[in-house]
Amino acid sequence: MAESEITHASWGMYPPEPQHMRKLTSRHAGLPLTGDETVLPYGAGRSYGDSCLNTGGTLLGSAALDHFIAFDAATGVLTAEAGITFATIIDTVLPRGWFLPVTPGTKYLTLAGAIANDVHGKNHHRVGTFGAHILSFELLTSDGGRRTCSPDENADLFAATIGGLGLTGFITHATIQLMPAASAFLDGQSIRFGNLDEFFALAESSSVNYDYTVSWIDCLSGGTSLGRGHFLRANIASSDLVAARGGKTGAGLPLSVPFVPPVSLVNRLTLRPLNALYYQRQQASVVEKLWSYDQFHYPLDAIAHWNRIYGPKGFLQYQCVVPVAVQREAAHALFLEIEKSGQGSFLAVFKTFGAVKSPGLLSFPMEGATLALDFPVAGERTFALLDRLDAIVVEAGGRIYAAKDARMSAATFRAGYARLDEFRKFIDPRFSSGFERRVMGK
Amino acid sequence: MQRIVIFGATSDIAEAAARDFAKAGASFILVGRNPRALDDLCADLKVRGAASVESRIADLSHVASLPALCNDVQNTLGIVDVALIAHGVLPDQQVTNDLCMETLDLLQVNAVSPSLLMIEMLRIFKTQGRGHLVVLSSVAGDRGRPSNYFYGATKALLSVLGEGMALQHAGSDIKILVVKPGFVDTKMTAAFKKGALWASASDVGGAIVSAVAKGRSGVMYTPRFWALIMLIVRNAPSFIVRRM
Repeated sequence: MAESEITHASWGMYPPEPQHMRKLTSRHAGLPLTGDETVLPYGAGRSYGDSCLNTGGTLLGSAALDHFIAFDAATGVLTAEAGITFATIIDTVLPRGWFLPVTPGTKYLTLAGAIANDVHGKNHHRVGTFGAHILSFELLTSDGGRRTCSPDENADLFAATIGGLGLTGFITHATIQLMPAASAFLDGQSIRFGNLDEFFALAESSSVNYDYTVSWIDCLSGGTSLGRGHFLRANIASSDLVAARGGKTGAGLPLSVPFVPPVSLVNRLTLRPLNALYYQRQQASVVEKLWSYDQFHYPLDAIAHWNRIYGPKGFLQYQCVVPVAVQREAAHALFLEIEKSGQGSFLAVFKTFGAVKSPGLLSFPMEGATLALDFPVAGERTFALLDRLDAIVVEAGGRIYAAKDARMSAATFRAGYARLDEFRKFIDPRFSSGFERRVMGK
Repeated sequence: MQRIVIFGATSDIAEAAARDFAKAGASFILVGRNPRALDDLCADLKVRGAASVESRIADLSHVASLPALCNDVQNTLGIVDVALIAHGVLPDQQVTNDLCMETLDLLQVNAVSPSLLMIEMLRIFKTQGRGHLVVLSSVAGDRGRPSNYFYGATKALLSVLGEGMALQHAGSDIKILVVKPGFVDTKMTAAFKKGALWASASDVGGAIVSAVAKGRSGVMYTPRFWALIMLIVRNAPSFIVRRM
C-alpha cells in the first residue's frame, strides 16, 4: 500500500491543507484501514473545496483502479472501476457510438467522483443528474461489507451514496447506462442576449428542442444590461451534418498554466475588461455553430492547470440553485449583489435545471436556475460577499453545491438539504471529510 | 492487426503500453504471476478495443520453463509481431538482510529471466524473418550509483545485451529496442518522493507504442530529456556520482 503526502489536493487549492494519501491497488482487496484514523475516498481531486479533503485523516486514492470491466456496444451498458476518468471513457466508447449520459464541465473527474457528487451537465433539463443513469455500484464499508447497490438492491444505501460525497463507503466499480451519440459534434447556436429577461425567454423556448443549454454571463455589467451574456444551445449532430460541414476534432494547442503566479491574474484590474471583451466578441445576435464535444463541454480542459491563474491563495467556486417559482427575482438579486461588489468571475455560468428527480438524498440540482462563478480568495470581502449570496439563496429556498464549497455555514447547508438527517444515518463511522466536519456536525 | 506478447504484463508501464496497443485492435498474450490482476487487465483491454486477449500465469523466475512458454506463445499467436519484456523488481538496497541470497534472486528475476526471454524471442523472430523485441531497461543501468547499483547492474546487463542484438540485426526486419525510462511513477516506486523529473507510466507506455510503430531499434531514453541527463551522468566524475 503506497502512502504519500500531497498538497493542493482540491481544485480550488483552498483550503491549502496538506493531505495524507493511501492508494488502493486492487478493487478485490478490502478497505485498507489502520488504527482509528478517518478515511475519505479520493479520485481526481476535481472538487473545488474541502469535500475531497480529510485533513488529519487519510485519503483513499482510487487512481490505480482504472480498469474497464465490461462494455456492451449494442446496449451501451458500461462497467468500470472507480478511478477511471470520463476522458478515458469517452476515448473508448465514442468511436463506437456512445457518450456519457451526463457530463460536467471537465472530463478529468473519475467515475466514482461523478457518483459521489451526483454531477449534472448542460442537459439537466432533459435527463437529470448522472445519478439517474447509474444501474449499480459496489460499495466497501468499514464493517468489512462489500455490497452491490442498485435501485432494487440496498436501495437506501444506493440513494445515500449518490451525491453522498464519499461518506457512505468506498465505491470500487459501477455500471452505467451510456447514451447513443451519432457523432463527436454538437450543432446549435450561440445567441447574444442583453439581460436576464431575455435569458429566461431563451431558456424556455430552447428547453424543448435542445438537449444542451448553457449561458455565459458578464457578471460585471449592471443597469439595463444586468445579466447579459451568450446563450448556447445544441444537440448532438448527425454524422451527415458533420460530414457536410467538415467538422474537425483536431486537438488544439497544448496549453497549460505551468506554475502558480505570485498574485491572482484574475483581479479588479483584469476582470471587467475580460468580461466585456468576451461579451463583445460575438457581435451578431445569433451565430450557427458546430462544436466538437471538447469545445462544447470542456472548454476549460483545453488549458491544463487553469486553476493556477488565481495565484497562491487559491479560489472559491460558488454554485447555487434557486427554485423555479422565484428564479427570476432571486437571480436578479444575486446578479445585482455581485455587480455591486465588483468582485466576480471571469465568466459566470448560468443555466436552468429541469424537473427530473435524482435518486440521491443529498443531490444538488432542483428545478430552477443555477449560477456558478469563481472568485479569487481576496480576504474577508470575498467571504462577506458569498455570505450575502447565501442569504439570498436560503431566502429563496435554494441550496449551495457541496462539490464547489469551502465556506458555507452549517445552517446554510441544513436549510438547503431537507434530507440531511435521513442521510446522516448512512455515514460510515470511519469515513469523514473536512466538509462533513464543517457543515454536517456529526 | 498486431500480435503481441507481454512478459510482466501487469507492471504499470506494460499495462499502459498494452492499453495503447489495444486501441489499435491488437491481439495479446499477457504473461504474469497474479491471476486476478491478469484477468482485470484482459477485461480492460477487450473493452479498449483488443481483438483478442489470452493470459498465461507464470513465475518468470523459473527460467527452465521459459523456452516452452515462448513456443506456446508462438503456436498460439502464429506470428509474433511484438514481444515486450517488462518484468523486474526494485529492491531497497538499504534493508537487505542476506545479501548473497537476495542478489541471486534479483539476478534471476531482473537479468537471467529477461535475457533468456530475449534470446528465445529472437530465435522465434529469426524463424519468422521479422519481429520487434522491446525490453524495459533503466537509466539506472548507465552508471553504478551507491543507492541502487544492484538493480542498476541487472539493467546494465539487459542494456548491453539488447544493444548488441540490435546492432547485429541492424538493417533487417528484426528490431530490438532497449527502453531506458528515467523516474516513473509506478507501483515499483510508490515509496519515492516525486518531483519535476518524474514521468507517468502512460507517458512511457505511449513512447514505447509510438517507437514500435516507427520500427525503432537500438536504445531509447524516455522521456527524451533523459538522454541529455544521462550523457552528463555517464561522463560525470565519480566524486559527483558518489552523491547521487
